[in-house]
Amino acid sequence: MNANAKKIRVLVAKPGLDGHDRGARVVARALRDAGMEVIYTGLHQTPEQVVETALQEDVDVVGLSILSGAHMTIAPRIKEMLKEKDMGDVLFLVGGIIPGEDAEKLLAEGNADQIFTPGDPLDKIINYINGRVNINRKS
Amino acid sequence: MSASDSLKKYLVKWQQDMHNLEEREEKFTTISGEPLKALYTPLDTNSLDYENDLGFPGSYPYTRGVQPNMYRGRLWTMRQFSGFGDAFDSNKRYRYLLGQGQTGLSVAFDMPTIMGYDSDHERSFGEVGRCGVAIDSLEDMEVLFNRIPLDQVTTSMTINGPAAIIWCMYLANAEKQGIKLSDLGGTIQNDILKEYIAQKSWIFPPEPSMRLITDIFDFAAENVPCWNTISISGYHIREAGSTAVQELAFTLADGFAYVEAGIKAGLKVDSFAPRLSFFFNAHMDFFEEVCKYRAARRIWARRMKEKYGAKDPRSLKLRFHTQTAGCSLTAQEPENNIVRTALEALSAVLGGTQSLHTNSMDEVLALPTEKAVKIALRTQQVIAHESGVANTIDPLAGSYFVESLTAKMEAEAEEYFNRIDQLGGVLAAIDCGFFQQEIADAAYTYQKAVDSCKRVVVGENRYNSEEPVQIELLKIDPAVEEKQVGRLKELKQKRDNNAVNRSLVDLKNTAAKKDNIIPKIFSAVKLYATEGEIVAALKEVFGEYREKPLF
Repeated sequence: MNANAKKIRVLVAKPGLDGHDRGARVVARALRDAGMEVIYTGLHQTPEQVVETALQEDVDVVGLSILSGAHMTIAPRIKEMLKEKDMGDVLFLVGGIIPGEDAEKLLAEGNADQIFTPGDPLDKIINYINGRVNINRKS
Repeated sequence: MSASDSLKKYLVKWQQDMHNLEEREEKFTTISGEPLKALYTPLDTNSLDYENDLGFPGSYPYTRGVQPNMYRGRLWTMRQFSGFGDAFDSNKRYRYLLGQGQTGLSVAFDMPTIMGYDSDHERSFGEVGRCGVAIDSLEDMEVLFNRIPLDQVTTSMTINGPAAIIWCMYLANAEKQGIKLSDLGGTIQNDILKEYIAQKSWIFPPEPSMRLITDIFDFAAENVPCWNTISISGYHIREAGSTAVQELAFTLADGFAYVEAGIKAGLKVDSFAPRLSFFFNAHMDFFEEVCKYRAARRIWARRMKEKYGAKDPRSLKLRFHTQTAGCSLTAQEPENNIVRTALEALSAVLGGTQSLHTNSMDEVLALPTEKAVKIALRTQQVIAHESGVANTIDPLAGSYFVESLTAKMEAEAEEYFNRIDQLGGVLAAIDCGFFQQEIADAAYTYQKAVDSCKRVVVGENRYNSEEPVQIELLKIDPAVEEKQVGRLKELKQKRDNNAVNRSLVDLKNTAAKKDNIIPKIFSAVKLYATEGEIVAALKEVFGEYREKPLF
């Protein structure tokens, strides 16, 4: 049996015009070190580009990193486009500078499965993904 | 027995005493991972030559400061980086800050402005006025500085890819206020190399970007002689996760690359070097930061004199702005950030900074509220007027530890310069991802140290009260975007569109040749050509930069 076939595939994406990529790259590397297959989009991606890459790479998880304050427009738009492409069940994570009130709204409206913000340890993200993707796969 | 031998004897005795005592940590390092001894003595500064290595303030090699009197003459400029919403919102904040005793302005632009898109561009959707002020045309610039006399304050503008355009708008607005360009002071960041390395807000490829920069050097030397044409920035390199030595080395390497570009463009080094300025980070490791600033001044002076043959003392003086480290702030218990910022600001002052921005406690969560900004400004005022540290010049000089670490950081920076040379220079090193990988490695190492609690962050990974954050945050009204797009539409109807189009054609023609492009940009902005239109015209000639993503 090919062990690689079971690897969790994650797209780490930097949508919008924001160039702050420290968090995205640290998270990408941590997920890779935790045994996941990580694809990093690079910067300045349009929502269309993010969704296209997610589709082509057939990922289990899409993680957006947004530090420009544009999360309330960008995250719902990408979530909507994922649904249109029949990828609504992909685990959809948002990280960055997301004030608590906005985080609650994104979660309540189904525009994020989980939010990670400054101070969250890398293990918290890894454990969350491991737990959720395995549930998704069993179901 | 010589004095030094006697000292060594006592040192050995002390080491034996220490040997039997337990230490808190297995290994002590700076926040950058630099190993630290328990004690520094005259033996660590044996090779230090006061005249050659330190000298006097205002004299070569400027280790002790760039002015003879430092803060006994004038305090540093208190310059809070600020901008949000549209030009009306930000103008109000600037007048508030000036009213509170701030002594200079510093403009934060929104992402579309930084990336060269107008507010009505599809890529600007959701980003207008979000993390800075939206500026599309000269009309916005007029509003931004309404009732602020530009001959009495200096303004720093954090703009890089489209720096030439925004600068021309500022100049045009000053002329409209009746101020002569020769009386105008301020700074444009204009540092594209650190964009490729760390901040990642670029537009054009390196070659035309460097040409825009040297055109600015040339135009300013002729017309705006008191303007700082560039702010060579380590701040973003550090925020992206570098160590202190990497910040020091990469920033100065960029500085030397600009000097070489200016010389290559046919400029005399002393015609533009006096207007080069720097921008550093003030991180949490107090002494490491002080030493970083002192080492930076010495390296710059030595290289400018010895390698580039600068004769004008102003070319040898490394003048710098400092901002406290945004990346050191915690989202948990944000009030603790006031204390972090105060310590960082103190290191910048003891390191001899020329101007300073202190972060607000809430900046890890959102743009700062008026109250948070006021506390940040008051922090500087307390250091300046109450702590007494501004009354003596370079008071940490002569400390065995400080002088030893300053010299060590200088030596480690020189090692990096050699590696960069071996790679073929700064542009070649960017192209092969050298800086980017070094920074990514350092950022990852640091995060692992925090996650494993080897590096303590109070309120985050230790002494965490788990209380939810309760703090008032600044909200940007989503209607700002609509309003800004509406004003832009109106502008495009009322200006002379034929003249604008002619100026854009003229601009493209000059871009394709070698003439200085700044006068053409200046003409276009005066006709109210927008930033997005000018950038789009230049992209046709220059193309766009693309990064190879790595992690």
